[in-house]
Amino acid sequence: MSNEFTPVPSTGPATQERSRNHFVAPLEETPLVAIDVVKVAEKPSNLWIDAWRDARRRPIFWISGVLILLVLVVAVFPGLFTSVAPNNDCQLALSNGGPTAGHPLGFTKQGCDVYSRIINGTSTSLTVGIIVILLTTVLGVVFGAFAGFYGGWIDSVLSRIGDIFFSIPYILAAVVIMSVLAQYRSVWTISLAIGIFAWPSTARVLRAEILSVKQSDYVMASEALGVSKLRILFRHVLPNSIAPVIAITTISLAAAIVAEATLSFLGVGLGSDIMSWGNEINQAQRDIRTHPQTLIYPSVALSVTVFAFILMGEVIREALDPKARALR
Amino acid sequence: MSSVSNPRRDAGAPLLEIKNLQVGFQTQNGTVQAVRGASLSLRAGETLAIVGESGSGKSTTAHAIINLLPGSGRITGGEILFEGRDLAKLSQKEMEDVRGKLIGFVPQDPMSNLNPVWSIGFQVEEAIKANGIATGKREIKKHAIEVLKEAGLGDADKRLRQFPHQFSGGMRQRVLIGMGLSSRPKLLIADEPTSALDVTVQRTILDNLDKLTREIGTALLFITHDLGLAAERAEHLVVMYKGQVVESGPSREILQNPLHPYTQRLVAAAPSLASRRIQSSSHSLGDLDYSAPRSVEGLDLIAAAEHRAELQAEAPQREDSIVVENLTKVYKIRGAKGDFKAVDDVSFAIERGTTTALVGESGSGKSTVAKMLLRLEDATDGKILINGTDTAPLRGKELLALRRRMQPVFQDPYGSLDPLRNIGNTIGEPLVTHNIGDRTSRRERVLELLEQVSLPATLSTRYPNELSGGQRQRVAIARALALKPDIVILDEAVSALDVLVQAQILQLLSDLQGELGLTYLFITHDLAVVRVIADNVCVMQRGRIVEKASTDEVFDRPQMEYTKELLNAIPGAGIALGV
Amino acid sequence: MAGYILRRLLQAIPVFIGTTFLIYFMVFALPGDPIIALFGDKTPNPAVVAQLRAQYHLDQPFVVQYLIYMGGIFRGDFGISFSGQPVTEILARTFPVTLRLAVIALLIETIAGILVGMVAGLRKGKLFDGTTLAISLILISLPVFVIAFVAQFVFGVQLGWARTTVGEGAPTIDLILPAIVLASISFAQIVRLTRSSVIETSSLDFVRTAYSKGLGRGRIIPVHILRNSLIPVVTYLATDFGVLLVGATVTEGIFNVPGVGNTLYQAIIRGEGPTVVSFVTVMVLIYLLVNLAVDLLYGLLDPRIRYVK
Repeated sequence: MSNEFTPVPSTGPATQERSRNHFVAPLEETPLVAIDVVKVAEKPSNLWIDAWRDARRRPIFWISGVLILLVLVVAVFPGLFTSVAPNNDCQLALSNGGPTAGHPLGFTKQGCDVYSRIINGTSTSLTVGIIVILLTTVLGVVFGAFAGFYGGWIDSVLSRIGDIFFSIPYILAAVVIMSVLAQYRSVWTISLAIGIFAWPSTARVLRAEILSVKQSDYVMASEALGVSKLRILFRHVLPNSIAPVIAITTISLAAAIVAEATLSFLGVGLGSDIMSWGNEINQAQRDIRTHPQTLIYPSVALSVTVFAFILMGEVIREALDPKARALR
Repeated sequence: MSSVSNPRRDAGAPLLEIKNLQVGFQTQNGTVQAVRGASLSLRAGETLAIVGESGSGKSTTAHAIINLLPGSGRITGGEILFEGRDLAKLSQKEMEDVRGKLIGFVPQDPMSNLNPVWSIGFQVEEAIKANGIATGKREIKKHAIEVLKEAGLGDADKRLRQFPHQFSGGMRQRVLIGMGLSSRPKLLIADEPTSALDVTVQRTILDNLDKLTREIGTALLFITHDLGLAAERAEHLVVMYKGQVVESGPSREILQNPLHPYTQRLVAAAPSLASRRIQSSSHSLGDLDYSAPRSVEGLDLIAAAEHRAELQAEAPQREDSIVVENLTKVYKIRGAKGDFKAVDDVSFAIERGTTTALVGESGSGKSTVAKMLLRLEDATDGKILINGTDTAPLRGKELLALRRRMQPVFQDPYGSLDPLRNIGNTIGEPLVTHNIGDRTSRRERVLELLEQVSLPATLSTRYPNELSGGQRQRVAIARALALKPDIVILDEAVSALDVLVQAQILQLLSDLQGELGLTYLFITHDLAVVRVIADNVCVMQRGRIVEKASTDEVFDRPQMEYTKELLNAIPGAGIALGV
Repeated sequence: MAGYILRRLLQAIPVFIGTTFLIYFMVFALPGDPIIALFGDKTPNPAVVAQLRAQYHLDQPFVVQYLIYMGGIFRGDFGISFSGQPVTEILARTFPVTLRLAVIALLIETIAGILVGMVAGLRKGKLFDGTTLAISLILISLPVFVIAFVAQFVFGVQLGWARTTVGEGAPTIDLILPAIVLASISFAQIVRLTRSSVIETSSLDFVRTAYSKGLGRGRIIPVHILRNSLIPVVTYLATDFGVLLVGATVTEGIFNVPGVGNTLYQAIIRGEGPTVVSFVTVMVLIYLLVNLAVDLLYGLLDPRIRYVK
C-alpha cells in the first residue's frame, strides 16, 4: 500500500482539473471529419488479393517457390539434368564406388549412378503426391462440404464414415492394402492406398469451416432471395470455406511424398523396378556403416523436397488466415 | 481557447489526473496514435464517464491507466497521476501492487473475461489472495462468499464451485464487478460494463455498481458509447473523439449546452436522449417545440421522428401489408423433456407504408418471427398473410414472387456481405437470381441502387472488407431494395453500429420509406430507437407478444409491467434535458 | 460427466465395428484366394494355410466370416502368425518393450515440446522464437527413417554413444536413442502447437482480467495461459498417436528393438501377410483405445465438456 501521498502543485486552472469545469477543445485542434466517409485504397482487396500481397513480400515464399519449381522441372524433364541411364549403365565392378567424373554422387551397391537415380526418382515422388492430394481433396471436399452444409442425418452418416477411416492410421492401412496387392504394385495403387485413408482430415477441416460460414447473414440473405441451396453452397459457402483446405493440401502433398517413401522403404511400396527415393533408401540401408553416402543422398533429396512443400504450406496458411498471420 | 470557466473549485487534489496522455500502437506502417493528448481528472468518490465512439481512444485511455494496453500499445507521452504517483513510470512489479488493490477493473464482455477452465470460486479467491485481503483457506473462502453476495448472487456458497459456462452473462458480470471491488479500491475502471447484456439486466447491474461504489466510496471511471447512459450514471463527462478530448465538464451542463460540434452531433444522434426528449414533451410529436442543436448533417433523430409523424398523420387509412395470425414455432430439443416454444401464438398486422417495431430481449423469439415471415423457417402453427396471400403453401415460382416483394436486412455488418464477392455482384445477385434484365441493365440498376443509399459508384468493383460497418449496411440495404420489394424486414439492422452512423442509417431508412412507400418490420432490442423510427410497437417476451399499440401509446401509457421495465431501462430517465 | 463418458463410449462402438470391418474387407473381400494372396510370392507352409483357412472360415458367406473374426477379437484371439505362432503369444512378449519405448518417447516429446513451445510463445518474435520455428519446420520435413538413420549413424557408428541395435533383453537405457528418434517426429508439432496456443491464449480477455486483479506473471503464465493452452495439445496427442505407432514400427525396425513395431516391421519386409494383418489390427485397436482414453481425459481438462447437461 502506498501512503506516499504528495499533492501536486497546481499548474494553472487551464490544465488542472479540466473536467471539473466545462471545457471545450478549440475546433482547430480537433477538426471534425464527416461521418462514415468512404475511403478506399487504390486497388481492390479481398482475401485472395490480400493473401497474394502478403505472400509475395516474404522471402520464404520465394525460396520454397523456387525449390518447388526446380523439383517440378527435374520431375518433368530429368533428361536436362543427367544423360546417364539410371538402370542400364550399372556395372557391378563399381559397387558402392565413390564419386568419379560424370558421376558426382558415386555408385549404388549394384553399381548404378546415384545422381541419375535420384534425378529419375523425382517424378515418382511428385506423381504419387499429386494423385494423393487430388484424391484426398476430392473425397474430403465432397464429404466435408455435404456433411457441414446439410447437417442432420447426412452429417451423422458422412461424419461417422469419416471417423472410421480416420481411426486407421493411413500408413498402416496402406501397409495392409499394399501387402494384399503385392502383385499390383504401381504408382496408382500406392496413391490409392494412401489417399483412401488420408481424406478424413481434409473433410473435418472443411466441415468445421462450413459450419461457421453457413451461419453468416449473407447466406441467409441469399436464401431469402430464393437462391437454391446447391447454388448457395457453391457460390457463397464453399468459396469462403476453402482457404484452410488449400493450406493443408500443400502440407498433405509433403505428407504423401513421405508416405510413399516410407512404404517403399518398408518394401511394400513401389516395385523395385520403379525408380523412387524410398526404394533407393531401402536398398542402401544395409550398408549404412560402410557406405552412408548411398543412403544420405536420396534422403537429402527427399527431405529437401518435403521441406519445400511444408514451407510453402506454412506461407499459404499464414497468408490465408489472419489469425495465423498474427502468430508470426 | 474557449473554456467556459467556472470559478468554483473544491479543495484537495484529484485522485486521478491524466495530463496530456499519448498512446501509440506499433504497426507495420509505423506508429498509430490512438490517444493524442488526453487530459482528465477525477476526485475520490466521484464518478466520471468517458464517452466516445469506437476508435475514439476511450478504452485505450482507460487501459493505459493500469498499463493493460493490448499488443503493441505503449504510452508515448504525458502523465497519469494517481494519488500523486505517475503510473506511467511504475515498474511491472509496482504496477501489480496498484492493480486490483488500489484500482479495480471491470471489463466489457462478461462472456470472455472469466477463464472457462477454473471455477468461479477459484477466480474470486485468487484475486483475494493476490491483494492480501484475507489469508488462510477458510478466511479467503469466507471472503469470496461475501464478495459474491455483495455482487448480488444468491446462494453464493454453491456458486463458488460452479464454472463460468454455468452462469448467465449478467451473473458473470456481477462476479467481475465483485472481484473488481473485492479489495475496496480507491478507483474502479468500468469499460462498457453492460453493453453486452440485455437492457433490463443492464439496468440492475448498473444500479448494483452504483450502490456498491457509493457505499465503499470508490471513485468510478466509466467508459461508454452511450451519451445518455454516461450522463445518467456520472457526475462528470469527458467526450473523446479521434484520440482527443473535445469537451469535458459536469454531465448536465454538457447535455444541456453542448459546445463542441462533435458533442452536438452526439447529443442529436443518441437514440436514448432523443427518445427521452420526445417523451418529455407531453404533446404529440407534431407540436414538439424543440430547441436542441439541429444543425448537423441529417443526423437529427427528433427531426426525423417529427417528419415521420407528419407523414403518418396525413396518410389515409391503408390496407394491411403483413398479417400474422396465431403464429407458433416449436423446436424439438433432443434429450430434453418437452419442446421449446420459441414463438407462442403471435398475431399482429402491419399497414402498408408504415413501420412496426418488434421489441424484445435475446431469446424473446423476435428473430424467429422474422425468419418465418421470410420463409427461412416453417411455422409450426398459425398463418402469415402477405398482401392477403397465405405464404405457407407457396412453392417454386410463387415463392420466388413472394421473395421479390419482401427482403431482409440483417444485423451483423461484418457477416451480411459475402467477403469474396464484390459490391456490384452482391447488389446484383437478386437481379441474377430472379432473371431480371440483361448485363447492361443490371449494371445500371446496381449503380442506381448505390446512389440511392448514398454510396459512390466506384464501390461496385470493391470488396466488403474495404468498407466500414455503416457502409456495409448500406450495401445490404441496396441489395434488399434491388428487386423493388414493398416490404423490408430489418432484423437488428442498426444495432451493431456506432451512434452517429446508426443515426445516418435510420435517416436513410426513413427517407427510403417516404420515397418508395416501403413497409418495415423493424426488429430490435433497443426501445430508444423504436421511439424515433416506428409507428407501432409489439413487445415480445418469451415467445409471446405482451403488448402491442402505437408507439405513442406504448411510451405514454404502457400497460404491462415488462414494457415499463423496458422503458425504464432506456438510460437518461433522471436527466433534465434542454428541451 | 457420467453422461459424457457414456456418450463417448457409445460413439466408439460403430467406429470399432467399422474399422475392424474395413480391415477385414481390405484383405478378404478381394478377388482370388486371400490366403494365397497373403503369402505373396512366398511358399506357404501347408499346415499354416490349413490353420488359416479354418481360422477365417472362408467356406462361409462374407458377413459370417467377419462375425466369427470379430468374435475372436472379443475373446482376445487375434489368430495366428505366418509361422503358425498365436499372435497373442507374440504380443505378450513384445508389448511391454513397446510400451516402455512409447512412454519414454511420449514423456520426452510432451515435456520438451511444451516447454520449448511455451518459451517461444511467450517470447514471440525474439531470437529464440525464430530459431525454434525454423528448426521445427526442418524437423517436420525429415521422415522418421531419415532421422533414425542419421541418429544411428552419428550416435551409434561415429560417436559410439549408443548401441546401433537393441536386441532381445536389452536394458531400458538402450531404448533412449530410439525413443528420442520416435519423439522427434511429434516434438516439432507439439512445439508449434503449444507456441500458437500460448500466443492466442495470452491475448484473450480473461488473461487481461487476471492482470487487472493484481496477479503477477509468475501466476498468470502457468495458471491461466499454460493450463488453457494444454487443451489443444492433448487433443493433438490423441490424433497423433497413429503417427507414433507408425513411427514405432519404423524405429523399432531400424534399431531392432524387440517390440510390437519390430514384429510388424519384420513381417512387412518379409512379406508375411497374416502377421501383418493381425498386428495392424492390434495397433488400430490400441489407437482406438488411446483416443477414447484421451477423450475422457479431455473431459477432466475442460469443464465445459464435463458439465454438459
